Amino acid sequence: MLKLIDVNTYYGKIQALKGIDIEVGEGEIICLIGANGAGKTTTLMSISGIVPPRRGEIFFTGRPIHEMEPDAIVAMGISQVPEGRRIFPFLTVAENLDMGAFLRNDKSEIKTDLEYIFDLFPVLAERRHQAGGTLSGGEQQMLAISRALMARPRLLLLDEPSLGLAPMMVRRIFDTIEKINTENKTTIFLVEQNANLALKIANRGYVMENGRITITDSAASLLANEDVKKAYLGI
Amino acid sequence: MEYFIELFLGGLTRGSIYALIALGYTMVYGIIELINFAHGEIYMIGAFTALIVASVLTLLGFNELSILVIASLCAVIWAASYGFTIEKLAYKPLRKAPRLSALISAIGMSIFLQNYVLLAQTSDFLPFPALMPEFGFLEPYAHIMSSAEVIIVLTTALVMAALTFLIKFTRLGKAMRATAQDRDMALLSGVNVNRVISFTFIIGSATAAIGGVLIASHIGMINFYIGFIAGIKAFTAAVLGGIGSVPGAVLGGMVLGWTESFATGYVSSDYEDVFAFTLLVLILIFRPEGILGRSTTQKV
Repeated sequence: MLKLIDVNTYYGKIQALKGIDIEVGEGEIICLIGANGAGKTTTLMSISGIVPPRRGEIFFTGRPIHEMEPDAIVAMGISQVPEGRRIFPFLTVAENLDMGAFLRNDKSEIKTDLEYIFDLFPVLAERRHQAGGTLSGGEQQMLAISRALMARPRLLLLDEPSLGLAPMMVRRIFDTIEKINTENKTTIFLVEQNANLALKIANRGYVMENGRITITDSAASLLANEDVKKAYLGI
Repeated sequence: MEYFIELFLGGLTRGSIYALIALGYTMVYGIIELINFAHGEIYMIGAFTALIVASVLTLLGFNELSILVIASLCAVIWAASYGFTIEKLAYKPLRKAPRLSALISAIGMSIFLQNYVLLAQTSDFLPFPALMPEFGFLEPYAHIMSSAEVIIVLTTALVMAALTFLIKFTRLGKAMRATAQDRDMALLSGVNVNRVISFTFIIGSATAAIGGVLIASHIGMINFYIGFIAGIKAFTAAVLGGIGSVPGAVLGGMVLGWTESFATGYVSSDYEDVFAFTLLVLILIFRPEGILGRSTTQKV
């Protein structure tokens, strides 16, 4: 469904991605793990077209997207929940959700999706008229995921959804991610530092170091891999 | 008391014009964090366009009201196309450059436009026809507030109401607010940010042109330099109210208008700028984010 071929991305003169290849199949949960500064966020930003690759190709459902504008990529069906949640702080919760559905015109379907989300996270319904910036960290993460879902994505990119959240909340967010995958058949590409948790819900995983993919394997074998254990699982 | 009311209403008229121009500064700053120094020139070009169109229409024998409407419309469209083009030529290529580069480009644009009009037209003051109609029923109160002043204040109120509606309730308005708050996230939501920026310049330029036509018709003369002075004052108004905030621009314009009006009335017209800029300095010392500006701390 998503295919990155020899992607090289730069920030000015600094090369952040040094020729990475990633493949995500339809309906899968794929996770990308790695240390700080390995290039995980850059990978997602390259897919979304915010920091387009200088060399290499990215295909989504067989069509090249590496030269598309970010809004066209969203229209193709790729939504991202960026690192740090990036809630619009002065828009209300309802307006933040509207922004997720920005490219959609099907009013009645949007309403159905909104009900689904308020069912998933009732706290968002309670706070729909509150400014996004006033929510707690966990509520903001729920809102960020919901906002991305409002676009009805075929592929959902998640960047560090567990960052800065209490363990209870992390569990809840990961349960939701699994639910979105099984119920809506949404393909998930997950970037996480919390490798243990991520690998438990993923089908396959990639390990990234200094802008390169160093290991790729099934999630179960990665969990058992001695090197991965030492470097990323803290065991 | 009557003198006070007269000064109050005079300040309201001035303030309306400042507010109309300040909107362009504040909206552009809100979206791309650039002080668009060429904005005053857009106001001036709006006034010149109206003058040229009005002169031609007068020769052709149109009646007064249709001249006002057509001339204003032409001014708005022409100024908006200038605003659109300036952004594409002078700012868009510098969007990823350090902020200072775009600022210098804006100053360059301002000087270029002033000199372009100076060469294409003249350095003399040109008489501007009084396009605004006189209302008979206002005649007894003419010493307090003229018909032209009433029209200026009402037009400003109308423009503000339309703009508030646009920003609060339309899809474009929501996209503008989202872009102002987090541009990358707006992109990730599917907003065509380039289009939003263009629209912001178009809207800001159009309101400045309306201000240009109104004030030129009220004062009765224009030259290539009026944009610079009005621009500095409107920029002051935008900073006073809190740059980036639309209601702030309106409030800042009014506060500045009243300050000048009362300073002129009770002290001396020589001191009008002294009071205006003293107010600016005081605000910047004690409330640097402006009257309605938001402090930049956000919860992440």
